[in-house]
Amino acid sequence: MTTNGVKRMLELENVHSYYGNIHALQGISLYVNEGEIVTLIGANGAGKSTTIRTISGIMHPREGTIMFDGQPIHDIPAHDLVGQGIAQSPEGRRIFPRLTVRDNLEMGAYKRSDAAGIKEDLEMVFTLFPRLKERRMQMGGTLSGGEQQMLAIGRALMARPRLLLLDEPSMGLAPVLVELIFETVQRINQTGTTILLVEQNALMALEVAKRGYVLQTGTVVLQDDAAALMKNEMVRKVYLGET
Amino acid sequence: MSLELELFIQQVFNGLTIGAYLGLIALGYTMVYGIIELINFAHGDLFAFGFFISLTIFTALGIPRPLEGFNLIVVLPLIFVVTMLLSGGLNVLIDRVAYKPLRNAPRLAPLITAVGMSFALEALFAIWQGPSQINYPRYFPQIDILRDWMGLEPQLLFITTKDLFLFGVTIPLMVGLTLFVDRTKLGKAMRAAAQDREAASMVGINVDRIIATTFFVGGALAGAAGLVWGLYINSGRFLMGFEAGLMAFTAAVLGGIGNIRGAVLGAFIIGLLKAMGDQYIGGAWSRIIIFAVLILLLVFRPSGILGSTQSIEKV
Ligand SMILES: Nc1ncnc2c1ncn2[C@@H]1O[C@H](COP(=O)(O)OP(=O)(O)O)[C@@H](O)[C@H]1O
Ligand SMILES: [Mg+2]
Repeated sequence: MTTNGVKRMLELENVHSYYGNIHALQGISLYVNEGEIVTLIGANGAGKSTTIRTISGIMHPREGTIMFDGQPIHDIPAHDLVGQGIAQSPEGRRIFPRLTVRDNLEMGAYKRSDAAGIKEDLEMVFTLFPRLKERRMQMGGTLSGGEQQMLAIGRALMARPRLLLLDEPSMGLAPVLVELIFETVQRINQTGTTILLVEQNALMALEVAKRGYVLQTGTVVLQDDAAALMKNEMVRKVYLGET
Repeated sequence: MSLELELFIQQVFNGLTIGAYLGLIALGYTMVYGIIELINFAHGDLFAFGFFISLTIFTALGIPRPLEGFNLIVVLPLIFVVTMLLSGGLNVLIDRVAYKPLRNAPRLAPLITAVGMSFALEALFAIWQGPSQINYPRYFPQIDILRDWMGLEPQLLFITTKDLFLFGVTIPLMVGLTLFVDRTKLGKAMRAAAQDREAASMVGINVDRIIATTFFVGGALAGAAGLVWGLYINSGRFLMGFEAGLMAFTAAVLGGIGNIRGAVLGAFIIGLLKAMGDQYIGGAWSRIIIFAVLILLLVFRPSGILGSTQSIEKV
């Protein structure tokens, strides 16, 4: 799966996902190359979170294939995919409210047994988010929204993933924090982690991403380099709020 | 010491002994509820199972009474381990057969199944051991500690090596479980899964396996309680799990269902209420008092004494 030295890490082909009778993903095809930041943008209800949930094995597609490192993963349960290198910071953060910050992070490394490496990554997360270090003995549920978001990202990083799925990491955060989160996303990427980033904040997402997909009612309606998408008239109108 | 005071101290002590075995049972209710929000009505019957299976083992091995030397130091702990493994295993099996297929069904479905499972187990126990009261021989040596060991001359207080045994088993098990859930990686994973099952699977926790582990640990503790009861009270019958289960369940709710320390605290409160009620008001009233306390608590503090108020989860 290597062309011109570019390795395809993740590839979805014609993926259909349902909630009961609700046809949420109606044939999604997309790919992520190793080392990239790719973003999914789209209005509320377009199917961005469902795409993330389907990739990570929380849901399974009724039709279509998902390949990771050239292997089909669409039937593998979420808890096994973590061991294969896919971790996520889900929509709504979903940190464990009655575990301490430290224990939340420790749970992120649940599948690992390399004590030295885990300790190293804990320090790495604390360097990335010094606030978490200050609050490491506090219960997750007592953190502010921004801190919980840092914790959710930190928890995902503790799995030492090769592919990191981020679902709306900037949701509900003050502008300063949004800046911080996006800077951190870039920094994580620079250390070699591939990132699939879901955002409603399309402008910020396209600034950090290499490529992007625009989703509408469960289908990909547009895909291009991030720079090109930023200039695209439809994107500017609908997602960047230009009049 | 006046007779009145001795009587009071004796009842406090009796209350603590009741609380000790109820606590072991209540832990299973609260742990299972914590993770799948099921009141496992069949849980009390695991206590009866521990009683019967350990009695069967004692009888099969033809162990002489009272236990002493090798039998006391090696065989008895082994019987504990085997009883706990079998009780834990039975609980996992019950979950597999009766509750797991209903994991995503409306909550009432597994609840009713649990009641049915309880009836089924009780009927099986009646077939296996007969319907009448069963004698559990006095294997554990009973020595009067105050008079024979300490040379005291109380008028009424009566504390024996059997009491030491009861606390010597139940307290370490309760402390051990608390430490396990608080400190170990597996214990933290249990709490994580109880707080958010989906998020737990996102970090790599196999939630099905965690649930099975929870049933195993809960069943093992109830089985241990059944064995302790057998050696302490020396009698029981096929319905004993129903009675004990009801009290342990009440203890778990009193302490705050889902809360481990709460279950133990609730058990000791129930134990004390029962002992005091039996002595000062009359045995017939004990249950009325216990359930009246439960109702009052549920009206004024539905989350129980130590139960988490919702605020933390709503952030
Ligand atoms: N748990 C659910 N049950 C039923 N329908 C859902 C559920 N979650 C999402 N949907 C529906 O699936 C579609 C896609 O939702 P989602 O992936 O959450 O969108 P996005 O993340 O882009 O806002 C929407 O129509 C939404 O209403
Ligand atoms: Mg979403």
